[in-house]
Amino acid sequence: MADAAIHGHDHHDERSFFTRWFMSTNHKDIGILYLIFSALAGFISVAFTVYMRLELMEPGVQYMCLEGARMFASGDVCTPNGHLWNVLITGHGILMMFFVVIPALFGGFGNYFMPLQIGAPDMAFPRMNNLSFWLYVAGTTLAVCSVIMPGGNGLPGSGVGWVLYPPLSVREAGMSMDFAIFAVHLSGASSILGAINMITTFLNMRAPGMTLFKVPLFSWSIFVTAWLILLSLPVLAGAITMLLMDRNFGFAFFDPAGGGDPVLYQHILWFFGHPEVYIVILPGFGIISHVIATFSKKPVFGYLPMVWALIAIGALGFVVWAHHMYTVGMTLNQQAYFMLATMVIAVPTGVKIFSWIATMWGGSVEFKTPMLWAFGFLFLFTVGGVTGIVLSQAAVDRYYHDTYYVVAHFHYVMSLGAVFAIFAGIYFYFPKITGRMYPEWAGKLHFWAFFIGANLTFFPQHFLGRQGMPRRYIDYPEAFAYWNAWSSWGAFLSFASFLFFFGVIAYSLRKGPRVTANNPWNEYADTLEWTLPSPPPEHTFEILPKQEDWDKSHRYPDTIEEWAGTDHPRDAQFESKT
Amino acid sequence: MAHAKDHDYHILNPSIWPLLGAVAGFVMLFGAVAWMADGVPIFGLFSITGPWLFLIGFVAVLYTMFGWWREVVIESHVGDHTGVVRIGLRYGFILFIMSEVMFFVAWFWTFFKPALYPMNEYAGSEYVPPEFYAVDAFHLPLINTLILLLSGCAVTWAHHALVHGGPRKDIKNGLLIAVVLGLLFTGIQAYEYSYLLYKGWAFGEDAFFSAFFMATGFHGAHVIIGTIFLFVCYLRAARGDFTAEKHVGFEAAAWYWHFVDVVWLFLFFAVYVWGVSVFAG
Repeated sequence: MADAAIHGHDHHDERSFFTRWFMSTNHKDIGILYLIFSALAGFISVAFTVYMRLELMEPGVQYMCLEGARMFASGDVCTPNGHLWNVLITGHGILMMFFVVIPALFGGFGNYFMPLQIGAPDMAFPRMNNLSFWLYVAGTTLAVCSVIMPGGNGLPGSGVGWVLYPPLSVREAGMSMDFAIFAVHLSGASSILGAINMITTFLNMRAPGMTLFKVPLFSWSIFVTAWLILLSLPVLAGAITMLLMDRNFGFAFFDPAGGGDPVLYQHILWFFGHPEVYIVILPGFGIISHVIATFSKKPVFGYLPMVWALIAIGALGFVVWAHHMYTVGMTLNQQAYFMLATMVIAVPTGVKIFSWIATMWGGSVEFKTPMLWAFGFLFLFTVGGVTGIVLSQAAVDRYYHDTYYVVAHFHYVMSLGAVFAIFAGIYFYFPKITGRMYPEWAGKLHFWAFFIGANLTFFPQHFLGRQGMPRRYIDYPEAFAYWNAWSSWGAFLSFASFLFFFGVIAYSLRKGPRVTANNPWNEYADTLEWTLPSPPPEHTFEILPKQEDWDKSHRYPDTIEEWAGTDHPRDAQFESKT
Repeated sequence: MAHAKDHDYHILNPSIWPLLGAVAGFVMLFGAVAWMADGVPIFGLFSITGPWLFLIGFVAVLYTMFGWWREVVIESHVGDHTGVVRIGLRYGFILFIMSEVMFFVAWFWTFFKPALYPMNEYAGSEYVPPEFYAVDAFHLPLINTLILLLSGCAVTWAHHALVHGGPRKDIKNGLLIAVVLGLLFTGIQAYEYSYLLYKGWAFGEDAFFSAFFMATGFHGAHVIIGTIFLFVCYLRAARGDFTAEKHVGFEAAAWYWHFVDVVWLFLFFAVYVWGVSVFAG
């Protein structure tokens, strides 16, 4: 392995900067590119929300004025610029959904670690892999064009919400909306090509002896996610193409005057949109499984149910879409079906949550930074999941639909679920990717600041929703002022922790102590990426790994006889009971 | 790669095509907006109007495809496509077709919705469905169905000749017949469109026309792409690129062609046979 490392470094020197980063066919470099770009897109998207929370801090409109957007409130006249507000809300949603979380988890971690975990020398289609990345960059650029180009109300940008519902999205003036549609087309093509690549790699390039049910959980999560992308994104491509035709060529897909139906758009969109939320969270599940197993010093509990839970969540994700639209006038039977199907998803999700808890049970838990994030994930995702069960009831949803309760719910599963998983992944894999370590105190400070900040932001929004505050408004009556102020302070604290995070990364990349061990954690980080030097050489697994490199029996034995031969912490108790 | 490796996977050298393809795609779509919106202002200095930017991007996309796949063919000649790589290529193409199927799901969905639940049956709706010329499904559409199926047979003939070591003449003839039939389909479909428009069908304006032209239009685009794919296979067959064991490109083209075939069968029965009778009364 040391040989390989030396060789790899030779190769780094041969490639020019342009060749390495612009013409790459290397899954690790492309993974790094994905992580960097999604961090940039994430920063823009977060900046939008901080500005929105600033505006929502007090009743009345103080910052987003037609006289010019302000950073500081002043005594000057301020005519509310609702369009700017709508543009920011749309931009935040589209960026986070398509240009931050999928690229970070699926593109970044998926690219870097899925081939390593299955012992593959690279992706199945390394060149197409790079096309996925550059199409994502092209899509981001079109999305930025959309924000600055002429839009509705004679102002720049489109203020239609990330779901792009007609008739609003069809009637929004200007070319901004068309840029947004094409941006989603490009990012969709990028994701579909990525999904084809991941599935093929997973099926065709696993190390000798690695049968399907020996593949590490993170790779499994990427595999299931890839299927969701492959089967749901083309449907979205069709839907937004219909929007484009309605907007520009006088088609009538969603125009009731021509026999079209705006609710049809909602159905097609959410047929994509619901799998999309699992696309966002499933890779996070994978990362969390490895982090919890490593820092509990136990193999993950119930590997096989964990895999089947992933598959079940993926499959069920395709048959529950209309729970996003209980209020559009569906029949009672339809509502009953979608309610039932939605609640069924709680079962495999519960399997995962309880298996993580069971993994920690009796383990020797060590609260290193990644474990803190995983622990935070577990708590927050459960809160979001529970409010999800509340919202899944069609009758209750009558009251909660389009209130801040929904905003609180989906930020608990995404902002606090997926994003905590991303941070867990970053701190877990930082020494592997960079060969340097971050200061432990800084990682922990980042965690606590963000944990408190994010909870402060979103927990009060449950109260606001129950008070009846609707989503997507620039202003609100006096009665909602108290919890909005708290929520805004939470957003500022979160943003401060985000800036601190960039500082931690910048410092650690330059000054962090070098990591010399292949595996800086412990022997329960037993997947193949931990057998490689940190950082890994340019080409990995040119000599394919042997089964004993990865098949560590760090799993629960199948029979009592097998138990006897292992040193699992629970052994003694298990045997004494049987 | 000077150092040792013990696997048959294909590790590629750095390539400019992905970056070029993404830039081309960006230019094409930016140009499309400029074309549709009658001008995109650039920093208030000037404005891009007309189709030229779109066309530049489109040509660049085509050039990228040509250059990229030319390189793939060359790599296959130098032996990079080992058995396991060929399996991967097949997986990849099947997955691509699956994504295409889901794309057509959206178009069928938007067709079936107004067919099963027409807007004028909703309480309070003022929508009056237009009366229009009922095209006879068993006229040109049926002929087109037969043409596509026959074309699929021709491809299968060529495929058999290939895997059973038949004469190269049979492979070439089969592919050529398939290509000619594909062109015939496109021609007849174009004639059919012009006839329907002449008979008063609108391009858009109503939910049925919208779904009809987009669904059959995207199918038509796939026929054209498939015809080009088959023609490339014809040229490669004539050059002797394919052997009984190694012909992934041919297989992909054949699968694609059958996929286009099946989509048409659904269109024929759902839209022409059933749909027109529902909408046109």
